[in-house]
Formats: sequence, C-alpha cells, structure tokens
Amino acid sequence: MQASHDTHDHAHGDHGDHAHHGRAPGLMGWFTTTNHKDIGTMYLWFSFVMFLVGGAMSLVIRGELFAPGLQYVSPEFYNQMLTLHALIMVFGAIMPAFVGFANWMIPMMVGAPDMAFARMNNWSFWLLPPAAILLTGSLFVPGGAAGTGWTLYPPLSVQMGLGMDMAIFAVHILGMSSIMGSINIITTILNMRAPGMTLMRMPMFCWTWLVTAFLLIASMPILAGAVTMLLTDRHFGTSFFNAAGGGDPVLFQHIFWFFGHPEVYIIALPAFGVVSHVIPAFSRKHLFGYTSMVYAIAAIGLISFFVWAHHMYVTGIPLTGQLYFMYATLLIAVPTGVKVFNWITTMWRGELTFETPMLFALGFLFLFTVGGLTGLVLAITAVDIQLQDTYYVVAHFHYVMVAGALFSAYAGAYFWLPKWTGRMYDEALGKVHFWTSIVFFNVAFFPQHFLGLAGMPRRIPDYATQFTDFNAVSSIGAFGFGFSQLIFLWVVLKNIKGGEAAPVKPWDGATGLEWTLPSPVPYHTFEDPPVITEEHLAAAH
Amino acid sequence: MMTAIPVTNYRIASGLGLVAIASFLFAYIQPPLYRAFCEWTGIYDVQKADEFRASATVGRPITMEFDANTHGTGLRFTALQTSLPMHTGELVQVNFRVENLSNHSITGQAVPSYGPKHAANFVKKLDCFCFRQQVFAPGEVRVMPVVFALDRNLPSDIGTVTLSYTFFEVPGGVGSSNNTGSAANGASTSGSGI
Repeated sequence: MQASHDTHDHAHGDHGDHAHHGRAPGLMGWFTTTNHKDIGTMYLWFSFVMFLVGGAMSLVIRGELFAPGLQYVSPEFYNQMLTLHALIMVFGAIMPAFVGFANWMIPMMVGAPDMAFARMNNWSFWLLPPAAILLTGSLFVPGGAAGTGWTLYPPLSVQMGLGMDMAIFAVHILGMSSIMGSINIITTILNMRAPGMTLMRMPMFCWTWLVTAFLLIASMPILAGAVTMLLTDRHFGTSFFNAAGGGDPVLFQHIFWFFGHPEVYIIALPAFGVVSHVIPAFSRKHLFGYTSMVYAIAAIGLISFFVWAHHMYVTGIPLTGQLYFMYATLLIAVPTGVKVFNWITTMWRGELTFETPMLFALGFLFLFTVGGLTGLVLAITAVDIQLQDTYYVVAHFHYVMVAGALFSAYAGAYFWLPKWTGRMYDEALGKVHFWTSIVFFNVAFFPQHFLGLAGMPRRIPDYATQFTDFNAVSSIGAFGFGFSQLIFLWVVLKNIKGGEAAPVKPWDGATGLEWTLPSPVPYHTFEDPPVITEEHLAAAH
Repeated sequence: MMTAIPVTNYRIASGLGLVAIASFLFAYIQPPLYRAFCEWTGIYDVQKADEFRASATVGRPITMEFDANTHGTGLRFTALQTSLPMHTGELVQVNFRVENLSNHSITGQAVPSYGPKHAANFVKKLDCFCFRQQVFAPGEVRVMPVVFALDRNLPSDIGTVTLSYTFFEVPGGVGSSNNTGSAANGASTSGSGI
C-alpha cells in the first residue's frame, strides 16, 4: 500500500539531510519542514493556543457582564477585548484548525504523497504566528488594540490609533496565508488524486474543502481590498469611506460583508465535511445521499456570495433590496436542510454507538440546527430591524460558530487522534469533555436569546438592571465552558504521553483510505499511488 | 519529502492566483458597479413608497404660494409659478428659474422657509434643488424642480402655505472647482442608493 521507508527515488539534493527520514532535529525542523503531517500538526496546535487566548478574552467580557455597572475593565478595553476575541477566534482558531485537518487528511484521503506545493505550505503556516503577534501585541501599543468589533466599520476604524494599523496588517498576512493554503488544497485535490479516486468518489471532507478553498480565494482578497482602503483612508488621504471627501461609510459594509458572508461558510463547510465522516462511521452505514450532499455544498458556496446585505437591513437599503436579500438568505436553508436531513437519514436504522467523536458530531447536528433556525429568524427583514445588534445575534452566531464549527473540529480531533498518535485517547475523559462542553455551552448562550429579544445591545460593557439574572447565568456558563476546554488539552497530552495502542482501524464503521494506513501514520505515505477499491471509499454509494 | 512538482500544478496555481487578484480589484470597482446597478434597476429611491401613498387619495383644497429671492449673489432667481391651487395629499411639481448674471461661476445653496412656520413639518419634499449645492456657469440659465406633497394632517386653520427660497452663495464652496462639486453631488446621490 505505501512505499517502504528506505525508498529514495526523488530529487531532493537541495533539501539537505533531513529529507529522507523525517524533519531535521530540534526546533529548526519545525521551521523548515515541508511535510503535510508536520504542518497539519503545527496548524492544529497553533489554532488551539489561539483558541485559549481568544477564550481568555471572552472570559474578560463575561466577567465584566456578570453584573451591571462597570467592574473590572474600562469600556475602551472591553471593546478591544471583544474585537480581538472575534478576530482571533475566526482567523486564528477556527480557520487554522480546519486548515490543519485539511493538511493532515486530504493527502491521505485522496492517496497523494503530500500537498501539491510543499514549500508554499510551510510558508502559509509560518505567516500565522507573525499575524497572531501583531494582533495580540496591539494591546500594548499606545491607544490599545482595535476596538471596532471584528467588522472594523468606519468611521471608527478610520479614527483609531496604531492598534488598528496592526490589525489591518494582520488581516493582510492572514489573507495571504489563507489564499496560499487554498491554492495548495485545490491543486492537491484536482491534480494529485490516486488513480481511480474520481471526483464523485472523493470523501466528503475533500469536497467541502474544495468548495471552501474556492470561497477563500474569491473572498479573502475582497477583505484585503476593504482593509487596504481603510489603510489609505487613514494615512494616504483617500476618501473611500469619508463622506466629507465624497466617500461613503456604508460602502465599507458592502465590501466587508461581500467577504463576510462567504466567510461564514468558509468556517461551516469543512465542519460539515468532518461530520459527514463521523456520523456514517458510528452509524455503520454509508453517508446517505452522497451526490445531493456534493450539490448542496456547491449550492451553499454559490448562494453565499449573493446574500451579503442581510447584515445591513438597517443601513437604509431600498425595500426591493431588503426583500431580495431576505428571500435569497432564506433560500440557503434549502441546501443546508438537505445536508441536515441526509445526516439524520444516515443514522436512520444504523447501528449507533456513542463514542466521543459521535457525541460531538451529534452535539454539532443538534445545536447547529438551533443556530440555523435563529439565522432564519434574523434573515426576515421585519424581525431583524428589531433584533439588529442585540444579544440575539450574539447567541445565533455562537450557536453556529461554537456548537457548529468548534464541536465539529472536536469530533474530527477525537476521530482521527488515534490515527495521528497511534494511541487511543481516554474515552471517559473525552465524554466528560463533551458533556461539560454541551451543558455549559447552552447555559452560556441560550439565555442570550432572551436578552436579545428583550433588547440588550451587544458590544456594550454595561446593561440595564433587568438583564442582570440572565447575564449572571450566561457568565457562569461561559466560565464553565472555558475551563471545560482544558479537559481536551489534558486528553491530548495524556494521549501523546501514552495509552493503549490504536489498531489500524479503531472505528469499525469508518471508511476511507486513511484507515488503510498503520497507526500511527508513517512520516511518508502513498509515495506510490494506492489502488483504490470500493471498500476504501468513504464515498461509496 | 519533495518530488518534482508537475507543470499542471503550476498552471492551476497561477489560474487561482489570477482569481485572487481579480477579487482584490473587484473590491475597488464595487462603487461604480453599485451605482450602475441601482440606476439601471431604479431601486435606489428609498422614498418611492411614500410617493405612491401621497398620490393615492387627495384631501382638502388649499392654495400654495411660491417666492424666490437671493442674498447678495449674482444670481437672478424667480419662481415660474407664484400661486397654485392644489389639494393636500396631491403630488405636485413646480419649477424655479435661476440665471447667473455674473461672468464667473457661482456655487449657491437654496434655503427654504415657510409661512406659516409650523407648516414646514407638513411639506413633504421628494426632490428639491435645495437638497444640494448648485454650481452655475457664467451666464447659465437653469430651470429646477421641486417635487412635493402636502401632508393630509395639515392643521385645518391653515388655508394658504407659502414656500419661499433664498439663494445664498457658498464662499469657496465645492463649486470653486466644478469637477469636485459634481463628484460630491454624485456621491451623495448614490449614497442613498447603496
């Protein structure tokens, strides 16, 4: 199946001594590695560290909101916390986590020896730490970090200090990293599949990433354009967003959300992909409706470019525009519904077992649907005008981002961890992690629906006293959820140190090429293309 | 491990790179695209719904009087109609004429006043030359419209409403260079569209 380790048939003279057996020893090895598994590991660790940093910031927010009045932080610092929390979670935690999964799994799933452009892959990763340093470091410059919210709306973003420039530069770097990563993923999927691995036999995770990578390449440069305009407005005398100079601040919102809505699906689609592997494996059935799943992914990707102004109902867009964006947004529920029903149908009459990956996948399915439903509520213009910028919106997007994307990432991590490290993780601890996460998550975010409906605005460090009880409950949930995530760190460290050896295929219902490789996976895999047979295919019909 | 990268990989990568560059440029051509799209479809007029409501039914008869004067400008400003019998709720258009008597271009701004004063809240203007600064070339003659309706809630003690405009010159205004002036006007018009 895979070539033996001592076959060196390739030209890598330029690559020095480490190319043959593994990465160079020590820290330098991590800097210079071009191995997709090493880079995937670095992405995953990076995203987890950023997740803890962003999480700590959210606890500052929830700590302040535990009681009305100003307790611990100034309003300016509060704004910086919520801005950095969002930027770090979106660009530093969730996106790199799924790029990490892509790096690890896509070559193994399509039977390729590595990513198409291995050196560029190294560069995509190593652009991330400077961006992270810029973002977190901006807290310590005069004036502090950007306090505009992650949407960076002018005129505030044109007026802020040095921290804003650092955020803009960080966004540029992160954008470049994402575009390079996406070029790599698309090329790998289109060009490096093993013979017999046709597109319509490809595992669902690869399909979701193929569409996601296209979304990234088409939308990240638009964000780069928007922040470049901000930068030139700030320092070079242009007036893109300055009404006094003939510009329009609302223009920024149009450009930002033309990126921002595809971004939502950039985060959600790979999560759909992971769940499409986990649910069939623990239902011991093939994924129901493979072809419809592929078309649903493509449809979601396409429609996501045409709904951006549903974030802007109160900017004075014409009635015709409001109606169009409302109907177009509601339309997305159709392909998303196809996916949700296919997952449910996959479980129908399956032989279900509930190991940790399956629990997280079911948690995803349940809570993502809740978040999707509140999304439909918010899509309705008449309702949104009431709920715009309230905690209802905060609750909505945390249900899709945390219980959606993050739970799916956990499902994937527990699912493939035995393959990566060659050892089984502690199942009991994993279950504790799941149950504490799902309970505290709902304690934290469900009351926020009520707060939003009652009119509590987001991004304000203080609130009217009638909101006190729900805020206190929400803060308790947030702290519980935050500390529950350390259980995951414990599980992973314990797994790296030792544990029961994992078999080649620890989940008896799992399908796909990656489960034909030994556990742990050798450093080099599929140097000779594998023979694709029906039972290898997660995507078998 | 590094294998030689096949040429087709580079072809795909450069194609995708071009898509990325095109997306970046797309961010910059959005304003003209929005303007063109909104003008083409005519959806940028937020006030349109009110216009139909105003013309749906008419209320009581009333007399409108129009007055025009200038404040130290080289403009001759006249109302083409001084009196108009109409109804509340009825959408009407009246025209004003401006002539630039000087030999240089003048930037002016018309400021309305109402008689009686509290009638101001009941004059609903859909379009007016007074919404923006106007630039007049030397010797230019221009006829400019006001489109408005009188609210049907106009207090019953008012039988005649006078609408008076005074043209003020804007010193060193946006019109001191014609181009900037029209650019700013264009932007503010499309601002309501996007």
